[in-house]
Amino acid sequence: MSVVGASLPRTEDPRLLRGRGRFADDLSLPGQLWARIVRSPAAHGRLLSVDTRQALRRRGAALVVTAADLPGRLLIPVRLAVEGTDLSPYLQPVLAADTVRYVGEPVAVVLAEDPYTAEDAAELVDLDIDELAPVLDPAAAATREAPRLFAAGNVAADFALGYGNVDAAFARAQTIVEISVEIGRHTGVPLEPRALLASADPLTGGVEIFGMTKVPVFNQGVLASMLGMPPELIHVHEIDAGGGFGVRGEFYPEDFLVPWLALRLQRPVKWTEDRAEHLVAANHSRQQRHRIAAAFDGDGRILGLRDNILHDNGAYCRTHGITVPELTIAMLPGPYRVPAYDGRIRVVLTNKTPCGTYRAPGRFEGTTAREQLLDVAATRLGLDRCELRRRNLLSPAELPLRREMSTLGTEVVLDAGNYPALLAAALAEADRLGYLEELRDGRKAGRLRGLGLAAFLEKSGLGPQETAEVTIDGAGQVLVLSGATSFGQGVQTVLGQIAADALGVSPAAVSVVTGDTRLQPAGMGSWASRTTVVAGSAVHAAAEAVVARARCLAGRLLEISEADLEVRADRIGARGDPASALSLAQIAAAATEGSPVLGPGEPAGLSGRGRFEVTHMTYPYGVHVAVVDIDPGTGQVRVLRYLVAYEVGRAVNPMQVAGQLRGGAAQGIGGALLEQLTYDEAGQPQATTFMTYQMPTAAETPRVDVLVTEHAPAPGNPLGVRGAGEGGVTAAGAAIASAVRDALSLAGSVGELPLTPDRILALAAGADGEAAPASTRPGEPVYS
Amino acid sequence: MSDTRRVQVTVNGHRHELTVSARRTLADMLRHDLGYTGTHLGCEHGICGACTVLLDGAPVRSCLMFGVQADGCEVGTVEGLAEGGQLSDLQQAFSDHHALQCGFCTPGFLMLAEAYLAECLARDAAGPGPSEPEVRELVAANLCRCTGYQGIIDAVLATAMARLAAADGQAGTAQADGPARADSQ
Repeated sequence: MSVVGASLPRTEDPRLLRGRGRFADDLSLPGQLWARIVRSPAAHGRLLSVDTRQALRRRGAALVVTAADLPGRLLIPVRLAVEGTDLSPYLQPVLAADTVRYVGEPVAVVLAEDPYTAEDAAELVDLDIDELAPVLDPAAAATREAPRLFAAGNVAADFALGYGNVDAAFARAQTIVEISVEIGRHTGVPLEPRALLASADPLTGGVEIFGMTKVPVFNQGVLASMLGMPPELIHVHEIDAGGGFGVRGEFYPEDFLVPWLALRLQRPVKWTEDRAEHLVAANHSRQQRHRIAAAFDGDGRILGLRDNILHDNGAYCRTHGITVPELTIAMLPGPYRVPAYDGRIRVVLTNKTPCGTYRAPGRFEGTTAREQLLDVAATRLGLDRCELRRRNLLSPAELPLRREMSTLGTEVVLDAGNYPALLAAALAEADRLGYLEELRDGRKAGRLRGLGLAAFLEKSGLGPQETAEVTIDGAGQVLVLSGATSFGQGVQTVLGQIAADALGVSPAAVSVVTGDTRLQPAGMGSWASRTTVVAGSAVHAAAEAVVARARCLAGRLLEISEADLEVRADRIGARGDPASALSLAQIAAAATEGSPVLGPGEPAGLSGRGRFEVTHMTYPYGVHVAVVDIDPGTGQVRVLRYLVAYEVGRAVNPMQVAGQLRGGAAQGIGGALLEQLTYDEAGQPQATTFMTYQMPTAAETPRVDVLVTEHAPAPGNPLGVRGAGEGGVTAAGAAIASAVRDALSLAGSVGELPLTPDRILALAAGADGEAAPASTRPGEPVYS
Repeated sequence: MSDTRRVQVTVNGHRHELTVSARRTLADMLRHDLGYTGTHLGCEHGICGACTVLLDGAPVRSCLMFGVQADGCEVGTVEGLAEGGQLSDLQQAFSDHHALQCGFCTPGFLMLAEAYLAECLARDAAGPGPSEPEVRELVAANLCRCTGYQGIIDAVLATAMARLAAADGQAGTAQADGPARADSQ
């Protein structure tokens, strides 16, 4: 049986289950100091002075630094720059020098002998802030009258993507449907807070860092330029991380401050944020207002699509730049045939925590808006929701399809697949699992029960490249070094399976090391559902290089031509003579230093390097189906059933694919119903604990059914894999909104996420304007 | 008044005696003074449950207790679950049911589940057995951001059934308990 495709137990599990994970805060070094960040308590103001004297008097306090102590005016650069966009006026300083722009903005750092003292001393740092009026509403912020966060204004970018003649499409439309949809501000919130430990390395004059994840090589480069130090002197070590979700591992102010202080003091410095800090300091995400419209012909076929979006990016442009806005409009047409499209987005800055990506960035938002639009259109057109989608989904014959847009520096080319077949399969599966029966039974019993569905297009496998090295030793042990990183999503298991499969060895013989800048100095890290696709393909290439090298050595050892060799599992021998075969371990053992089998100057041992380059992403796709109940008294939405159908190309480890989809669905349901980072009128964040930032527990999370298909292997990589990290989240907002709309028989849009009890009660009381006529009740003819 | 105290505490059967600051949390004492870093801190305000340990057998949030309050107590942490080289049945079930991804919340869920499993075994055999709704309610005490909880629920339920069956076997009762009440709602 092939190792790729097997639901093998995860190699990460035993140590994590024993409490032997190595998370950053688990590590300590002798003589370390603890850092505590002093953060702005005001949303907007002029920072007049920072008085550190009291803090320094606290016994155990070692040092307090402010912006004045930094080596110059340091701004955190954009990692994902979009050509032609200059965000330099809006970048976040490492420490605020003269203006504070959100509650939580770093202003000073306190170092002390222990974390409790550091916290005490931080409270004694006295900030004199002349408060300015905060700007909190993105529409208001975009006006000329609004107080300015920056001399350059509050609109960081205003741009559009699209193709075709949209005006003409709308001019000849039979029906035009236009709605507003607002997506709430929420974010990844990994369960492990961010943490860093940095230690000066007297041997090299450089610094060692534990706790940088996601893109360690990129962060190494940023830090090197800020410190004026060669990147090679900065060694980022592999570490366990308690969830990433897009948020963890970007370059934040602390990623400069902690290593810089360790170098300056020549003492290890450790920093672990608390949860209240995390909720105001780490990237927020998602908040957008869509005004979306579609033009339909007399048969309900889309002629054109238009979306005008306000994106509330918070106070600065951070490392993601305008990635989320760009992805939003580039991916908005989704899996549908959209002959003409115009997506415009304005990126507005407000006095809130700055934004970045959160799992399925731009797609969660855009899919919610587009799918809600299609539901409303179905009602308006008197068509079944599924039928409307069937008429508009791209057919396999239309793929590959190039849309005249680019995102993340790549052209949008939908590669392959059968979108209508997956919709049909999802609906059949939901029926088979009893969703329809439950819908009918609940309604018969008088419940406010609704069924929701949403189709979506994902993207994954972003290049441009990834690297790997595979070595097998004389005992048969395999070491895989990968430029990917792990947040706990099972990367080691998956890369190990890919290596074992290509080498024909047992997965138990494979160890995988990721996230170490010295071992893979050109690694690009893990994000954008790229790991299995790009890092997996690099490991595959490295393992194939090992086999090629082993063939060469086996030919010499057996004294026969390579052309006469055959490879069976991990053994290479003369064709038709299995008894002659040598295992990879035997070949490695025969190729040690000084072995006569090696030619002059040839490297000893048995290793291979792989680099996988790719210019286009691959586009997985799927369908979510939900059944919800609404409590008419409290307005609470309860998710009864949930299905994620997803085309993954090829599942390396089906158990883990299902796990990604289930976990993603739970997060998406949280964003659809519960999670919201709200602010009061003074710009004070209202969700700074887990009592006020409500993530789904097991009580709010249904059993998520999963239908994973492997009908459309990705043509762009040797494994055929499509990436599974985000498809569980992408359509959750859309499917829940669809189900709520169905349960309440709304004619219009649900208007906004999250669908909190207040919002539900308002909708039930007729906030969308009109009730649907019974004949077009959206829930009835679903499976016609 | 001195702000330090002498504390005696037994962790996973090992006796420790140490001096801690009166305001040091039990979680910090376990992690940073005694080296039991398997106990994790996800929120430090008692919601996420990643820091759950057993205090004289009962699950507690170790972020909400001071170390000195554990004076004279037996503390059970995740490091005490595996015996020798073998994962415990519960740990193995977590792996089998894909009940963890990043593993950060996992120690808290394991300790919470251990307390529940002990309670299940101590129940009157004539009473109701473990059920999915009951386990779901238990699991709702802690937060996980990776898995969507299903694997955790399945792992705890499977372990409860297996331990009850083993206890029945040991007691020599041939009585066949029905399967767990499955309820997908």
